[in-house]
Amino acid sequence: MTDTTARTAPAGTPESEAGQPAERRGTQIRLSAVTKDFGLAAPAVDEVSLTIEPGEFMTLLGPSGSGKTTTLNLIAGFETLTSGTIEIDGHDIGRLPPHKRELGMLFQNYALFPHLTVAQNVAYPLRERRVPKAEIAARVAEVLELVQLTGRDHNHPTQLSGGQQQRVALARAIVFHPKALLLDEPLSALDRNLRGALQSEIRRIHREVGSTFVFVTHDQEEAMNLSDRIALFNQGRIEQLGSPEQLYDAPDTLFAARFLGDSNVFELEGGVTGDTTRWEDRAWRVDAATVSRRSGVAERAAVVVRPENLGLVADEKDVPSGANWVRARVRDQEFMGSYRTLQLALGGQERPGRARVSTSDASFAVGDPVVAWWRPERQRIVAA
Amino acid sequence: MTAVASRAARPPARRRRDRGVDPIPAWQWVVGVLVAVYLVLPALIVIPMSFDGGLTFQFPPTKPSFIQYVRFFTDPVWLGSLGNSFLVAALASLLATTVGTAAAIGLHQLTGRLARFVRTLLMISIVTPAIVIAVAVYISFLQWHLVGTLLGYVVAHAAIGVPFVLVSVTSALGGFDPRLLRASASLGASPWRTFLRVTAPLIARGIVTGAIFAFVTSFDEVVIALFLRSPLFQTMPVQMYNSVTAEIDPTISASATLVVVSVTLVILIPQLARLRRRRPEEAR
Repeated sequence: MTDTTARTAPAGTPESEAGQPAERRGTQIRLSAVTKDFGLAAPAVDEVSLTIEPGEFMTLLGPSGSGKTTTLNLIAGFETLTSGTIEIDGHDIGRLPPHKRELGMLFQNYALFPHLTVAQNVAYPLRERRVPKAEIAARVAEVLELVQLTGRDHNHPTQLSGGQQQRVALARAIVFHPKALLLDEPLSALDRNLRGALQSEIRRIHREVGSTFVFVTHDQEEAMNLSDRIALFNQGRIEQLGSPEQLYDAPDTLFAARFLGDSNVFELEGGVTGDTTRWEDRAWRVDAATVSRRSGVAERAAVVVRPENLGLVADEKDVPSGANWVRARVRDQEFMGSYRTLQLALGGQERPGRARVSTSDASFAVGDPVVAWWRPERQRIVAA
Repeated sequence: MTAVASRAARPPARRRRDRGVDPIPAWQWVVGVLVAVYLVLPALIVIPMSFDGGLTFQFPPTKPSFIQYVRFFTDPVWLGSLGNSFLVAALASLLATTVGTAAAIGLHQLTGRLARFVRTLLMISIVTPAIVIAVAVYISFLQWHLVGTLLGYVVAHAAIGVPFVLVSVTSALGGFDPRLLRASASLGASPWRTFLRVTAPLIARGIVTGAIFAFVTSFDEVVIALFLRSPLFQTMPVQMYNSVTAEIDPTISASATLVVVSVTLVILIPQLARLRRRRPEEAR
């Protein structure tokens, strides 16, 4: 896990970097009932409404085929709307061709022009806008410095590493001060170390440029690291929208709980209404604050507990009073460096689960019966 | 000991891989040379013949002389037909390149039965016998009053040049990343600007190759040109045909040599230019 604490501040929060207040000069992007139907069984994007605030770092997260990339392409203008509207700062752009939308875009494969040098690539959008030659040179130099590629002006893209190529693409996408920057899985072609470096690079540039970023990824770590807010996509709809903390700590649905982070999932027979619930032979307390307000919870719910909230004891007598617990068996263990993960078989159904223990904790070995417990306020009741 | 052996074994292995091919067996060399000689033989007879001073065809030449060339370059009929051929070939190549490139790019973005059908339609003139095309062109051009006109020659020759452009541009587009089009659009370039600044430079080799083939095809085309000829407008291949059928004029050997040499130059020049362009990169 990369650290999830060093996030950018939420939009609107005044933030200072080396004494310079970040200037919020982004634009608002508003999607209203946006639908794209390719004529398949279900629409690729199904009545999605989403308002991306000026200067916000919004991530569209979801598995492949969930509609996140199609949504981005609709904003960029590479796909035509089936219905709905897309507005930028109140202006409907749904019928504008992509080259008139003034949106920068970063692609997974960098999409640098191979016949142009680094400087020519970056100058491309400025030349299209008939910016005077001297100003082009100054702005290209400035933006190459911003992405830390000064001195590579005359290289061709093929002479650069993948990370450097993506920096050139980033420079090219922001040099013309677009209304917003769209990022289509820009890091997924890079190896793990570079990805981390470019994540902080993107975070820094978002801070310095202050414009609206719309980032598409299927990588939940990336999403949690970078975003002010995450729109979690599933089957063409937004499953849940919120800050990374909200999505991780308070998922509304089983899909959201499973997609972001690890979870121990106890699927219930029915919904949760009162202040107790039953799973197999166990009766558990329900903290009303942990129950998702999603209407589906009353019909069919699941109890979700994050591995770091699960405690392990040898005997049920050792469970603190007031805690919920379940019998389990240690199935396997993984050494993760700073901690160990015990893979569990939970309850009589032997549902797969996991708990996190310190590396020095050797109380349990593979095959041992254990009792897993958690505080009712650390669980989450989601719609299943 | 093993280290020494492996070090000794490595350099030749790498050299072979650098060349990209396995060694060519001797019998392939023999076949290759025979085919090359067979293809070049006519030129090897015509070119020496053009340097003979006689009034009839002589091979091998007996009286070395430049008289055929003097005759060629002082005869307005020969010179005029040479100029006509260049003009027709240049314009037909231009037209065929424009149409063929547009068609190749359009078809590249289409898939399915319609695209395949249109592609076949555009390629059909390659497999149609020249005489069939010539008769069809003659009959329709008679009605449209295009016989014997520059426009007629250009249109007819462009039509047979299009397939060559289509093939070469299509193959160049195979290595073209269509995602660059989206990148260019996102940077504010209209589709036409994108074609000029991204697509055209990246498929230039295909376009130039197609243009050369279209030029050469028109330059030595004789069957259609025979049907379209008029006393006022003749291309050089037609003039050559006249000179052999109507009279025995050895000037044709000089003109034939000129055709061979100019066509060879047209094909060689871009290759030489490419060699020179590649050299600074290798030095880097």
